Amino acid sequence: MTANAPPLPSSFTTVIGLEVHVQLQTETKLFCGCSTQFGAPPNTQVCPTCLGLPGSLPVMNRRAFDLAVRAALALDCHIAPFTKWDRKNYFYPDLPKGYQISQFDLPFSADGQLEVVDPKGGWSRKVGIIRVHLEEDAGKSMHDEGAGTGDTRIDLNRAGTPLCEIVTQPDLRSPQEARAWLNELKLLLVYLGVSDCNMQEGSLRVDANVNLHIPCDGGPEAGGRIAKTPIVEIKNMNSFRSVERALVYEVARQFAEWQTTKAEMGKTPKQTRGWDDPAGVTRAQRHKEESSDYRYFPEPDLVPVTVSQAFLAETRGAMTDPPTVLRQALEAKWKISAYDADVLVNQGRDLVAYFEALAEAVGEGKVASNWMQQDVLRTLNERGGTIGEFPVRPPVLAEIIGRVAKGDFDTSRGREIFAEVLSSGRSVADVVASLGIAAVDDDELVALCRELLAENPKIVADVQAGKEQAAAGLIGQAKKKNPNVNPGKVRALCVDLIRKMG
Amino acid sequence: MQPAELSAVELVQAVRQGDLTAERCTEAFLSRIESVDGRIHAFLKVDREGALRAAAAIDQKRRAGKPLGPLAGLPVAVKDALCTFDMPTTCASKMLANFRPPYDAEVVARLRAADAVIVGKTNMDEFAMGGSNENSAFGPVHNPWDLSRTPGGSSGGSAACVAADMTPVAIGSDTGGSIRQPAGLCGITGLKPTYGRVSRRGLVAFASSLDQIGPMARSAADCALVLETIAGHDAGDATSLKEPVPAYSTDLERPLAGVRIGRVPAHFGAGLDPEVAHGVEEAFAAFRAAGATIHDIDMPHAGAGVATYYVVAPCEASSNLARYDGAHYGHRAEPGRGHRAEPGRGHRAEIGGGHRAEPGRGHRAEIGGGHRAEIGGGHGSTGFSKDNGGFESALEEMYCRSRAEGFGPEVKRRIMLGTYALSAGYYDAYYAKALRVRRLIRQDYLDAFQKVDLIGGPVSATPAFKLGEKTGDPLAMYLVDLYTVCTNLAGVGGISFPCGFTKSGLPIGFQLQAPALAEPLLLRATDRYQHLTDWHRRRPALAAAPG
Ligand SMILES: [Zn+2]
Repeated sequence: MTANAPPLPSSFTTVIGLEVHVQLQTETKLFCGCSTQFGAPPNTQVCPTCLGLPGSLPVMNRRAFDLAVRAALALDCHIAPFTKWDRKNYFYPDLPKGYQISQFDLPFSADGQLEVVDPKGGWSRKVGIIRVHLEEDAGKSMHDEGAGTGDTRIDLNRAGTPLCEIVTQPDLRSPQEARAWLNELKLLLVYLGVSDCNMQEGSLRVDANVNLHIPCDGGPEAGGRIAKTPIVEIKNMNSFRSVERALVYEVARQFAEWQTTKAEMGKTPKQTRGWDDPAGVTRAQRHKEESSDYRYFPEPDLVPVTVSQAFLAETRGAMTDPPTVLRQALEAKWKISAYDADVLVNQGRDLVAYFEALAEAVGEGKVASNWMQQDVLRTLNERGGTIGEFPVRPPVLAEIIGRVAKGDFDTSRGREIFAEVLSSGRSVADVVASLGIAAVDDDELVALCRELLAENPKIVADVQAGKEQAAAGLIGQAKKKNPNVNPGKVRALCVDLIRKMG
Repeated sequence: MQPAELSAVELVQAVRQGDLTAERCTEAFLSRIESVDGRIHAFLKVDREGALRAAAAIDQKRRAGKPLGPLAGLPVAVKDALCTFDMPTTCASKMLANFRPPYDAEVVARLRAADAVIVGKTNMDEFAMGGSNENSAFGPVHNPWDLSRTPGGSSGGSAACVAADMTPVAIGSDTGGSIRQPAGLCGITGLKPTYGRVSRRGLVAFASSLDQIGPMARSAADCALVLETIAGHDAGDATSLKEPVPAYSTDLERPLAGVRIGRVPAHFGAGLDPEVAHGVEEAFAAFRAAGATIHDIDMPHAGAGVATYYVVAPCEASSNLARYDGAHYGHRAEPGRGHRAEPGRGHRAEIGGGHRAEPGRGHRAEIGGGHRAEIGGGHGSTGFSKDNGGFESALEEMYCRSRAEGFGPEVKRRIMLGTYALSAGYYDAYYAKALRVRRLIRQDYLDAFQKVDLIGGPVSATPAFKLGEKTGDPLAMYLVDLYTVCTNLAGVGGISFPCGFTKSGLPIGFQLQAPALAEPLLLRATDRYQHLTDWHRRRPALAAAPG
């Protein structure tokens, strides 16, 4: 992972803050009725408003506002009773109005937090949320560098798509934490139905701010001080893994740079660097001098939004449990480990529902959880697709698990049946019959055991000498004679017969 | 029956009763336009065929026994700041010279739905910025009362159109007096409704928090008729008011007994033309005679109105006009041709590279697939590549030159003023302070309307001035808005109408302002005044002369 990074230094603190843009899961754009569906041909999901045609006006999409409030509440934010819209003015071809409708000094929410906990109990980190605000997205510029034509093409399908911007405090202390926290944020937003957080489709974008706090002259304890390296904003990261890699690289780069330049924060302007994923490096981006003056002012085409306590109560009431609550609930209700609860919850709400239906039908959580982790999840990963489309529904799997518990067949036989039901779509009974798996009756079993004992005098002698575990050697042979025998029963019966031979 | 001699109310009645066909009515006004507009230049576009087609459809409807709309057959001229799907909408700017909107403004749609006949688009100051119509990129409008004088602005074309009987009614927009001042200088009646009373959707924005569309006509009764159609909530304009629309026409005749009219002594200070002052005082006397009482009131912050307005309006304008950047539509400078684009060559006004969106009401205009907004499309030699920074610099040059060439001097001046006032370090000193003064001015009105029902006074300090008289002095030009800007800053309604003439035969305007949504009282007071006087019936000499 750090192949391209200079060697890691020893003692300093990494300080990371994130800026996350999340596309809200609405049918239509923030200020017009155009669809937000991803993947349509360029410029087919546009209207006078999102094209910024003269005379067009924005009208707020209430659904977007509601979703944003839901996200902010889940992030423990304070929701402002009064919020307004502002225009952020700048010129760019993918910004048709010459300004973006955003929120400047009165964001609809601020001052929240989201904690990420390592399921193995190693660490946890509470990350403060400075603000969450709503804004419209710009369009997409595609710079055509091929054939020397130098055309830039603009697709305005994205223009006006509702975005929630989430700005954290610089509370993260390592690239790994940043990645884990992003996973937790994504999980939360997906659970709440706020966003699908699909990075490939651009519905989640992350910029990271990072610098280092390096103790000088022995640090504060020894009368020294803390040197802070200039903050760098990293852009163009298209997966959480890239975020982690870019931060790892950047931390090392900043430390190396500090060792040669001793440059500290505040003495140079904030630098923006782009992540080059294939090369595994960050590169300085050209500095735009005037980019800082966006001439924000209140958007006169929209009216301020007031948020009542009743509305907040209603939104809270309609919200489903966030992942943290759900993990604890699963742990307590089904007596499964924190780790298992974490794995289940991290797979999403539908998988949790599947698990709970299964546990309910089986009447027990631990076994159901084991089957989920070892069989369902593994198969799901291999097959692809969602748990909703998974052909073996909870009652069917519960039937298999139930018959294993009853002793009709053992777990490995159960797995074979599960695989067969999955691939053939037939019923459990059908598969059991076709595999020739039938309950072996007791007489048949006694006859089989006698046969085994006759063929294995050494084992009989060993058991008689008190080495009862030697009976295990009979199981494999028993299965060869009849694959349907229950190993536990074979073993118990053989031991019993040997004693009687006594 | 000569259609031009009838009021809008009478015309509609005649068409509805079948005494006059919409086609004949339309034809009469079209010929009037053809005979006089060569001297006035009130129109940027006359749609003879479209108007006659619409009129024929209305007659057809009547013959078929179908109900007719409340403006049946009424010819209406529309300021070229309102979008029309069947005519260009230029805002009198080179920037939008070929812009054809894919939709009608809400007001235009309502007019059509009421069976009015849209005959054309009227001249104006570029992007509604100006008080004399001299800022039109397509040449000024001449005042029908004296062709060497300005009709006022920015709705000068609409005012001159009605004054010269080219249509009985015109639509204007008023950001700081742009309906009332030209109405005053042209001797007609113009109403600026309460902010939010009429939908702004489809009005090309100048200053969004101040812009308001209103009717311009010969009389308050005609304005009332049109306002009934164009006023009312529009879900597509977030700032549009939800209050129901009263039947403005039905309450006009109630006497004014007990109505209190405020008079602001400060309005009569230095700078007010004595003949205008005289006409205005006479109007107060007439209102007194009609049963109203006159009370001197103070508007302590009105003196800061112009200064406040010329911060707020340019700030909003600097942002509203950012979209005219040459990238998507609007005038685009040709690269690599030195500093001046060849005339007629650099105009790229199509939406999305020639795609014409389907017209229709509402916001959903389909833009066909594959639409492509090119940047410097096809100019490989400019080296528009993202990596070498050539893209950014070529883009910036295209922006700068397109805007330098496409906008006129006054528009550029206001964009620069607004950009400056919103910039970091100046925002608090200018924009934020202007907003605070705006609140004080609004409070002045609230306080005043505790004591009086209406506020009366002059519309302009002088009668119509000569074309060219103030063009070299922007500050003098800004002061023509002295009496009108506060109405917009406060968001209340105002009306202006003729209250006399100077010795040289120029109209003198009187203005009434009312609390928010008090349009019924504004119209009623004006109607009662017009019942007692005949200034509004006078026609310019031009109108009497045959084409
Ligand atoms: Zn749209």
